[in-house]
Amino acid sequence: MFDIDKWQEIFANIKKNRLRTFLTGFSVSWGIFMLIVLLGAGTGLRNGVKNQFSKDAVNSVWLNAGKTANAFEGYQPGREIKFTNEDFALVQNTYKNYEHISARMHMWEISIISYQNNYGNFNMKGVHPGMIYPEKINLIKGRFINEKDILECRKVACIGRKMVEELFKKQEPIGKEININGILFKVVGVFYDDGGDQDNRRAYVPVSTTQKAFTGNNKIDQIVMSISEADIENTEAITNELRNILAAKHHFDPNDKKAVFVWNNLKEYRKIMGLLDGINIFIWIIGLGTLIAGIVGVSNIMMIVVKERTNEIGIRKALGATPASIISLILQEAVFITSLFGYTGLIAGVFLVEAFQKFVPDSDYFRKPEVNLMVALQAMALLVVAGLIAGYFPARKAAKVEPIEALRAE
Amino acid sequence: MISLKNIHKSYTTEGSKMHVLRGINAEVEKGEMVSIMGSSGSGKSTLLNILGILDNYDEGEYKLAGETIKSLSETHAAQLRNQLIGFVFQSFNLISFKNAMENVALPLYYQKVSRKKRNTIALEYLDKVGLKDWANHLPNQLSGGQKQRVAIARALITQPRIILADEPTGALDSQTSYEVMEVLKDINTQGITVVIVTHEHDIAEMTQRTIRLKDGLIVS
Repeated sequence: MFDIDKWQEIFANIKKNRLRTFLTGFSVSWGIFMLIVLLGAGTGLRNGVKNQFSKDAVNSVWLNAGKTANAFEGYQPGREIKFTNEDFALVQNTYKNYEHISARMHMWEISIISYQNNYGNFNMKGVHPGMIYPEKINLIKGRFINEKDILECRKVACIGRKMVEELFKKQEPIGKEININGILFKVVGVFYDDGGDQDNRRAYVPVSTTQKAFTGNNKIDQIVMSISEADIENTEAITNELRNILAAKHHFDPNDKKAVFVWNNLKEYRKIMGLLDGINIFIWIIGLGTLIAGIVGVSNIMMIVVKERTNEIGIRKALGATPASIISLILQEAVFITSLFGYTGLIAGVFLVEAFQKFVPDSDYFRKPEVNLMVALQAMALLVVAGLIAGYFPARKAAKVEPIEALRAE
Repeated sequence: MISLKNIHKSYTTEGSKMHVLRGINAEVEKGEMVSIMGSSGSGKSTLLNILGILDNYDEGEYKLAGETIKSLSETHAAQLRNQLIGFVFQSFNLISFKNAMENVALPLYYQKVSRKKRNTIALEYLDKVGLKDWANHLPNQLSGGQKQRVAIARALITQPRIILADEPTGALDSQTSYEVMEVLKDINTQGITVVIVTHEHDIAEMTQRTIRLKDGLIVS
């Protein structure tokens, strides 16, 4: 119900005490402003991390060869483990739970790739066709490496979007030959990777061709696979099984975590998301704490208001105001002050977060800070509740005013 | 109109019990104009609280306009105050940020009368006390006598059965006091019961009957 008299009184009171009302309201504004900005920053952090992980599939597992840490079966610790095609075949044939699998050769030593007279600093990786899944490669045109390329050691390459831009400019790259370290490779496909610049300045070539043309041996650097989301839940079991398979072949202690590193993307993702959830809770605690300080301020001021208006409240009671109408008068004012100033703080907070999103460039771990509508609505509901709490005690006090004493006070 | 039978009231303050009213018996007929006199501490204001349904009593029976007033809920008490009683106070007790008309109209607000209607009625009552032209003035723009007349108009607007006046002339000079008393007498002739609490003999003498209180009892 819109009750003009009640509003008239609330405004009369606020007008009479402008500075006081402002200072109190400001603390509420500040509380909600901090909450919104912190939550926005939390979302930014979360988006940044999500983006970091979106480079590669969350359900990917990466095996890296390392050095043994424990003596085992007569071998000294510190022995270097090297992966070869045999290890890849072993994992491919014994381990059953992967969806796609690929070996990966880093080829750090190759950095210059050219097309005709255009040269550039790029990188190249030797892979199997399965690499497209764990690495999350999006084909733009043509095809990726296939089984036939591997078997026949074809000199073909699937190249990143950045490489196309720099080497081919506006020309069609498919079917053209690029020069990698003096050997010509035919471009069969173009891809895009969410991972950032470095991942788009890359040429994928068959692992077999890489070994034949550049290294001359059967060594590989990593074994990479994607695993179904359901299976990857049991991260410990996956890690142990893979380590056991390789331990048997290379004679290292199956408990030796240094011999073969198993990087499980989902596990790491979950770990960091858990941390971010914790940060989020922390943010709410800080924000609510600040807000509570504001609410106590409003409550305090309303207490003074009741004290000052004792006479007026006494008059009203003598004239027939029910306790309920007195309580609602005080509550309405408290809710009005907290809502108005809280809303101002909310708008300012959202404005800052939006401005930050618009004018500050995204970085690796912080991007797209935002306040979602749900949180804003929750904050608004919180404000009304806060106002009610702030007004409750003063209102109760007002309802207990004794008219005759109040009216004789003057 | 008012019937008090053996009213007792005591307050407990810091462990000690104060027996303020020790058995008050009084009757006020409809249309009477009565004054209550007594020195401070005689129980005057406690009695006024009880008459005005602003406080409960411990023992006895109080009937107002045929209705027994005993242990009412605060809400019900507020409604009865609004309908049956008009209050006039020593210090006028007008709300400072409301103009004369709005002050007069306030009791009707608690009867949920629409704003427009209650302001129209308020103007009528201001006219009755001769202040129609002052309707839009704030209380601090009015003289003492004018304020008290606005307060009387406010007390009358709900057409109450009784007017309870607590030292209505206490803050006024004698000339204005008499004018205010004339207004109250005028109301009384229209059939409304008037009870005035005062310590001024000349004011008490203008009423039909005086009830004297001493130490919680009626002495005459």
